[in-house]
Amino acid sequence: MGLEGHPTATAPRREAPVADAVPGLPLPALRRGSAPALLTQADITAEIEAEHAVSAGLRARGLAVPATRNDFAPYRSSILRHPTKDPVQADPEAVELLAPVFGERDVHALEADLTATGAGEPVGERIVVTGRVVDGEGRPVRRQLVEVWQANAAGRYAHRRDQHPAPLDPNFTGVGRCLTDDDGTYRFTTIKPGPYPWNNHRNAWRPAHIHFSLFGTQFTQRLITQMYFPGDPLFALDPIYQSTTDPVDRELLVARYDHDVTQHEWCTGYRWDIVLTGTHRTRLEEPAEPGEEHA
Amino acid sequence: MSTAAARPTPGQTVGPFFGYALPYAGDAHLVPPASPGALWLHGSVFDGLGAPVTDALLEVWQAGPDGRVPRASGSLRRDGATFTGFGRCASDGEGGYGFWTREPAAVGPSARFVAVTVFARGLLHRLLTRAYLPPRDAAEQAALQRDRLLGGLPPERARTLLATREDDGSVRFDVRLQGEGETVFLEHDPPRTP
Ligand SMILES: [Fe+2]
Repeated sequence: MGLEGHPTATAPRREAPVADAVPGLPLPALRRGSAPALLTQADITAEIEAEHAVSAGLRARGLAVPATRNDFAPYRSSILRHPTKDPVQADPEAVELLAPVFGERDVHALEADLTATGAGEPVGERIVVTGRVVDGEGRPVRRQLVEVWQANAAGRYAHRRDQHPAPLDPNFTGVGRCLTDDDGTYRFTTIKPGPYPWNNHRNAWRPAHIHFSLFGTQFTQRLITQMYFPGDPLFALDPIYQSTTDPVDRELLVARYDHDVTQHEWCTGYRWDIVLTGTHRTRLEEPAEPGEEHA
Repeated sequence: MSTAAARPTPGQTVGPFFGYALPYAGDAHLVPPASPGALWLHGSVFDGLGAPVTDALLEVWQAGPDGRVPRASGSLRRDGATFTGFGRCASDGEGGYGFWTREPAAVGPSARFVAVTVFARGLLHRLLTRAYLPPRDAAEQAALQRDRLLGGLPPERARTLLATREDDGSVRFDVRLQGEGETVFLEHDPPRTP
């Protein structure tokens, strides 16, 4: 695979050539891979490895690669939805340097307990997930909104579009919210979600995960991501998890079991800390390009 | 303690199942619909083949007509009076979205804009952009012309950030994720510590 498919990575701070985007011409991504029904896990795994080699090669040459690559064809739904041009470097303006304010009137304390929404206890392994939200300098993100959503213990979302033939749980919707405290700490009580199948390719399964939505102190820090559980055997197979191409970055998406969070005869505990620093690229002595900041 | 900045947590796609979790009552109504002075800010999201993206989620964040950045809570529980500056809207079956909001005034030297965040199934990491509001007078026209982001872009790229006034007074801002007319998406370096 040539580097032409990765203008973001090969030409930092510059606009990519527009040839790829001419209407009527097939986009290069469309020529990659084949239809989902024909794809095996082995095909996708090979594609993931090839994309990782591309990322690693760019990093080895000191070029910037986004931590999570939007242009990541093993995740088939991304092919027509990733920008082909470089993001434009922009100094944030005053509005972007602040974030929306959320408060006690926005979030009820009970919303942090996902096991408390039904008349009875949901089925599954009760867990607490907690951690701190901090900025790049380690300062707590205080009194800020954290939203989560997840599948139930059987791997089924309480969403009309989820067709997985696993049982819904009348006592579990899998939606929660909380505000961080003055130390940046959030805390949810929930049920460990199950893995679930999806139609990216034949026999595709997502590792168990909880979706997290986060606000920082600046709007540019806005983040939606997924938290995973340690040691999941599906990690290597999952094109979404693997779209974060550096293993050090992928590790940041995995909670750790914490026996100090685990509660006697009640639930097990996981800790997952979150660092918000806005749009990020790994920078390795990138030369300054005066006058091209907005190119 | 100021050593190397901590490594940021990477993004991951919002996926297909956010629809029962992130939208909330009144999410796209920064002001009551069609109330006096309300602005209908709307548009559609398109993929690389020009097809509507029916499972996107847009968020807006903006100053009010007074040029102040809102510091009031209450976006999740609208009281109909407080302008919080934040809104959220899932795209509909035709890829459309819309917010009832107010015309922002400029804050500082930049031209006036609404900050927009785009999430979607198939989009692995969220995109940031700006919807610049159409000028209402010569001063706003001049602010657009000297805006430091717009001024650094080729005209055909800058055009993707310019929302347009419709005949009914509403303002339209389409988002093209890929291909012809691809929207300019932004990257902001983390602030440096002195
Ligand atoms: Fe999911």
